Amino acid sequence: MRAGSRLWHASPLTYLGLILAVVLSAFPIYWTFIVASRSNDAINDVPPPLLPGSHLAENTSRLLANDDALFLYGLANSLIVSLVVAFSVVLFSTLAGFAFAKLRFRGRNALLLVIVATMMVPTQLGLIPLYMLMVELGWQGTLQAVIVPFLVTGFGVFMMRQYADAAVPDQLIEAARVDGCSTLRIYWNVVLPALRPAAAVLFLLQFMQTWNEFLWSFVVLDPDTPTVQMSLKALATAYYTDYSQVFAGTAIATVPLLLVFVVFGRQIIGGIMEGAVKQ
Amino acid sequence: MRHRLSRLDTTLSPYLYVAPFFVLFAVFGLFPLLYTLWVSLHDWNLLGGHTFVGLDNYTALLDDEHFWNATGNTVGMFVLSTVPQLLLALAIANALHKRMRARTAVRLGILLPNITSVAAVGIVFSLLFANNFGLANWVLGLAGVDPVNWTAEKWSSWSAIAVMVDWRWTGWNALIYLAAMQTIPADLYEAAAIEGASAWKQFWRITVPLLRPTILFTAIIATIGGMQLFAEPLLLASGRIEGGSLRQFQTLSMYIYERAFGRDFDYGYGSAMAWVLFLLILVASLINFALVRRGAR
Repeated sequence: MRAGSRLWHASPLTYLGLILAVVLSAFPIYWTFIVASRSNDAINDVPPPLLPGSHLAENTSRLLANDDALFLYGLANSLIVSLVVAFSVVLFSTLAGFAFAKLRFRGRNALLLVIVATMMVPTQLGLIPLYMLMVELGWQGTLQAVIVPFLVTGFGVFMMRQYADAAVPDQLIEAARVDGCSTLRIYWNVVLPALRPAAAVLFLLQFMQTWNEFLWSFVVLDPDTPTVQMSLKALATAYYTDYSQVFAGTAIATVPLLLVFVVFGRQIIGGIMEGAVKQ
Repeated sequence: MRHRLSRLDTTLSPYLYVAPFFVLFAVFGLFPLLYTLWVSLHDWNLLGGHTFVGLDNYTALLDDEHFWNATGNTVGMFVLSTVPQLLLALAIANALHKRMRARTAVRLGILLPNITSVAAVGIVFSLLFANNFGLANWVLGLAGVDPVNWTAEKWSSWSAIAVMVDWRWTGWNALIYLAAMQTIPADLYEAAAIEGASAWKQFWRITVPLLRPTILFTAIIATIGGMQLFAEPLLLASGRIEGGSLRQFQTLSMYIYERAFGRDFDYGYGSAMAWVLFLLILVASLINFALVRRGAR
């Protein structure tokens, strides 16, 4: 980076501060795995245990046998919900982003403005009527209730529009049109391949967000159809003293995201930072 | 025929491609949003019975001490968490902006908390802040401080919740600031350095003023998030919606839930509170806006 070469060198104190920040960031997650791998009595030890123990398998089997949390069921539900929502958000966002960036139609700017405006509305405001609507549709307590309202996001459309604007040359689209491609074909063969890196980041961000969603699931789902976060909540509140079981669940629920983060962390950071500058 | 089809394709397909967003948003976003206002003007309950009561729900709020308590708690926790969060993020971003080794590893490290679910954060920190054997009290004990009963009082429970929020969001904000810092031309710093400005002075006179729009953006995001705090206090209270025996850390979102879904299924009253919450977010955002603009002078 050009600017970087002229910047100040980090001092030892800066390094120390950053190391402290990283340690404090990582510690609660590390500690989740410590508690998850210890016997329940170890929680009371003074000083508290700071190294992993050997009880992870035992804690996990106690967790899986727990009928109040339905942990495996919650995991499977979350996987379904997060995958469907992330796929759908990417599909509709790339389609709409393509249209806003590269196709000409009446009302384009006004509609885009509406999309930007929807990003500023807190979801909480519509919570009660949305619940009433779900009851009306008979979806209360089912997975549709946590899937269908989230199949599109303003953020996704906006992000894909910004990216398509820069990443897809107009000439390429015109050339495809001259060759007789339909608009849908252009989307599939020209636009989608060009959008792939950004679409992948959107998919990951959406997957993580849906996996971690709490409030709406808490409102609309029943204990017998939990997402993984609802299983965790049920564990934490019903079995408050059985910490190692609760932490085994917390650890397992975090592992998929940790894996995604380890493999795609650079891209996720790139996506977050790029999005920030464009605003 | 072929020509006509292709013209139909170019005029119609843009609308088809943007339609899913607008249809779904209209049904599951806009409609509930507007309907909230309508419901809030009614005495509306679970069984669907509803009578128009005008602004009665809103006036009832004025006399509801639980509502005022929850509002005070929400604003208090919001301020207690947002101010250190953004200052810390600025400091971390400034450190990351220097020439250094292992920059990617550090960035990954500070973003790690952000991928953790709010439920996991609530569970882990509830144990960290446990009364007798919690790690927080153990560390305090090492420093010779008496153990704190974290859930017992307003200041202690608010602090514990602020720590949860800050742990999760400081790194995210730092990355946003870092991205903005990287767009500042290096010449500005060079010129300042030639005139003898210290690193500290450069930070306050160049970096912070040029970051103002980004600071406003993060402040507004933090406001929206902070005003809607729900899961952290819920889990700190072991899942009880009152937020402590004396409601010392019940937030507005928790109280909305308690009235609309928990206790008496009073949808009208809950909807009125949702609107008040929305207005609070607007007011807090405007205050942010004014503060950031005033800092510009």
